[in-house]
Amino acid sequence: MFDSLTGRLGEVFDKLTRRGALSEADVDAALREVRVALLEADVALPVARDFVAKVREQAVGEAVVKSVTPGQMVVKIVHDALVETLGSEATEINLNAVPPVPILMVGLQGSGKTTTTAKIAKRLQDRDKKKVLMASLDTRRPAAMEQLKILGEQAEVATLPIVEGQMPVDIAKRAIQAAKLQGFDAVLLDTAGRMHVDEALMAEVAAVRDAVQPAETLLVADSLTGQDAVNVAQQFNERLSLTGIALTRVDGDGRGGAALSMRAVTGCPIKLLGIGEKLDALEAFHPDRIAGRILGMGDVVGLVEKAAETIDQQDAEKLAKKVQKGQFDLNDLLDQLRQIGKMGGLDGLMAMLPGVGQMKKQMAQANIDPKLLKRQEAIIQSMTAKERTTPKLIHASRKKRIAAGSGTSVQDVNRLLKQFKQMSGMMKKVNKLGKKGLMRQGLPGMPGLPGAPGLPPPR
Amino acid sequence: MSGDKPGLFLRLKAGLNRTATSLGDGVSALFNKRKLDHAALEDLQDLLIAADLGPAVAARVTEKLAAERFDKEISEQEVRSALSDVVVDILAPVERPLRIDAEHRPHVVLVVGVNGTGKTTTIGKIAKGLRDQGKSVVLAAGDTFRAAAIEQLEIWGERAGAIVVRREVGADPAAVAYEGLERARAEAADVLLVDTAGRLQNKADLMDELAKVVRVLGKLDGTAPHDCLLVLDATTGQNALRQVEVFGEVCDVSGLAMTKLDGTARGGVLVAVAERFGLPVHFIGVGEGIDDLQPFGARDFARAVAGL
Ligand SMILES: Nc1nc2c(ncn2[C@@H]2O[C@H](COP(=O)(O)OP(=O)(O)OP(=O)(O)O)[C@@H](O)[C@H]2O)c(=O)[nH]1
Ligand SMILES: Nc1nc2c(ncn2[C@@H]2O[C@H](COP(=O)(O)OP(=O)(O)OP(=O)(O)O)[C@@H](O)[C@H]2O)c(=O)[nH]1
Ligand SMILES: [Mg+2]
Ligand SMILES: [Mg+2]
Repeated sequence: MFDSLTGRLGEVFDKLTRRGALSEADVDAALREVRVALLEADVALPVARDFVAKVREQAVGEAVVKSVTPGQMVVKIVHDALVETLGSEATEINLNAVPPVPILMVGLQGSGKTTTTAKIAKRLQDRDKKKVLMASLDTRRPAAMEQLKILGEQAEVATLPIVEGQMPVDIAKRAIQAAKLQGFDAVLLDTAGRMHVDEALMAEVAAVRDAVQPAETLLVADSLTGQDAVNVAQQFNERLSLTGIALTRVDGDGRGGAALSMRAVTGCPIKLLGIGEKLDALEAFHPDRIAGRILGMGDVVGLVEKAAETIDQQDAEKLAKKVQKGQFDLNDLLDQLRQIGKMGGLDGLMAMLPGVGQMKKQMAQANIDPKLLKRQEAIIQSMTAKERTTPKLIHASRKKRIAAGSGTSVQDVNRLLKQFKQMSGMMKKVNKLGKKGLMRQGLPGMPGLPGAPGLPPPR
Repeated sequence: MSGDKPGLFLRLKAGLNRTATSLGDGVSALFNKRKLDHAALEDLQDLLIAADLGPAVAARVTEKLAAERFDKEISEQEVRSALSDVVVDILAPVERPLRIDAEHRPHVVLVVGVNGTGKTTTIGKIAKGLRDQGKSVVLAAGDTFRAAAIEQLEIWGERAGAIVVRREVGADPAAVAYEGLERARAEAADVLLVDTAGRLQNKADLMDELAKVVRVLGKLDGTAPHDCLLVLDATTGQNALRQVEVFGEVCDVSGLAMTKLDGTARGGVLVAVAERFGLPVHFIGVGEGIDDLQPFGARDFARAVAGL
């Protein structure tokens, strides 16, 4: 859907370089592409404007104009400026206050406040060895208090007993009181979702803030947010003096421009990223990753980490051994296909890879559709154990049976076998690098991702 | 679908007006006695982008304007109505209410979407609307994953006066849907609404889970689900396009609802979605209350976007 900025700029500069030296107008043309890329990534318009102006100052310098690869030069300048704007310093949750330290969680409806409250509590308790109490001030959403209570049980974090009919400010006071008496280090206050233009509800949460004087007031915001991100962040900040932002659903395939918007308009650090629904799916903010995503350059670090997460080290070593001994068979290919599936399928992988735009084009040209994985899995599953270990056995009649069993065609089966053969060939080559070389590449078999031409290996 | 109480309409209008003012104000600032030249068109394009229409759609809208009136003096009113006309052209074909087919007993509606968009709440609101029309409704608590999701749906069921079929936390959502359909049949209910857990469209395993729900419903009734409603959040940016695309592939989305139009988010991505996928838009959500659901109206939406 989105061509990466690199691709876009490549096109612009291709046209330009043929004419020789770049003019200032050429740089402007490139910056227009930067602007569109930012907007496509949901960076809010005023923020994109300011940002491009800032980059322009650096980009009109000699370096770009004289550079042999002006496109890459601009991308680098943009990327670095993004990282700088996003804030390169890692900021932790601030617990520098007299315990129990109150932490107030606020945000729009459904942004992920309750989940993030439990994630932070779990992290403070497990990692930082703090005694944490959680309390829900959400008196409106059906079963909101129940939700936090269950999450508390899952995370083994204490929650304030629910008292029906109490107002948010009173619950907050009761939480602080209970935490004082019971020697808690921190109190996390989850609040109901609210629109920043809902005057009554904004006044309600401001009253809570005044009553408890939180050390942290965190805005929990969806990383998939569009242009509205500036309004939301600005108004929550004006009303509550935010101390930080937690971005959720970073595990999605959004481009994450909201991160830049919110950081730019509030000046608040982005403290944490939510990367899943489970309670341990929380991580520190990495500006370079988000910058890469916004530019459509892919989240390479994320990809490698995800691979490490999904792929069992032992399995990987076992596979490496098999490859070394030349015993890689269709069972192993099946495993590989499943691993890729677990990592979010081809589409999920591609979303994280650099140069996605270009690759998608290549894939389309080569007629590779993302459902291929499933089909290929089905084909191997329709083979007998013997066929999987000794693919040579698979002749015409067997192919027919396999095709019928997997709901595919003989052509599909042929294609898979051919790919397998190519892969085995490649494995042998990789093999020559020795085991170390193979393991360093991280993902054995990935270079041979069936049929994906030019899939760039993770750098 | 729900009765047109004046209070509701006003609330909707207030919501949409907020959407409209920011964009509309921009337009008026731009075009008060101004020539529609290149610079003006570029500014107009920016205004549309700021409404989440996305760069491509924004460009097309301004191109249309340019084709007709380039370099002429153009009044603010003209710009707004031209803008509205272009948006109406795109949205009018997708303005279609959710039709409950009496032939199906029950008419099965599967409700899907990414996390926190408002699926469960919208189900509660739709159930209420149907009950007001005298229809009997069963809800299936297909979100067996998220903490207290089942309890949440049960409360909505109570509010709306609908039966809720539930199983234990962690149960197979497909099994819950199946049971829901059995129960709805036994009750001779008019409608079955199946709630599902929120899921990001790039999670293959979760999307498979959804495909299974569809398959299993189909086992009991070959024509079910009769509708698959994708719930979009108005605050979502361009990713909504991706959501429609992938959910569409996996569970054959038949219609859309857009929630949270009571804030300042303008939901302009809906215009891009309509242009690209042409899927019917059934509802808009304008608040957290049970009555805060309205049928989608292309003209109102477009006029509000254009500040008319
Ligand atoms: N994939 C993913 N889902 C998330 C993440 N954070 C929260 N969610 C999901 O988003 C949905 C909404 O989360 P909640 O924590 O209930 O959101 P909330 O802000 O408390 O919602 P309200 O209280 O209704 O305003 C749930 O389905 C969560 O599981 C995340 O980082 N990634
Ligand atoms: N302001 C406003 N809030 C809404 C609207 N629709 C839903 N909400 C709120 O959004 C939050 C999330 O709604 P849910 O119905 O729980 O969303 P969901 O999609 O079922 O969430 P998951 O099941 O966790 O994926 C709740 O706080 C709702 O009250 C709307 O139209 N306007
Ligand atoms: Mg909550
Ligand atoms: Mg729900």
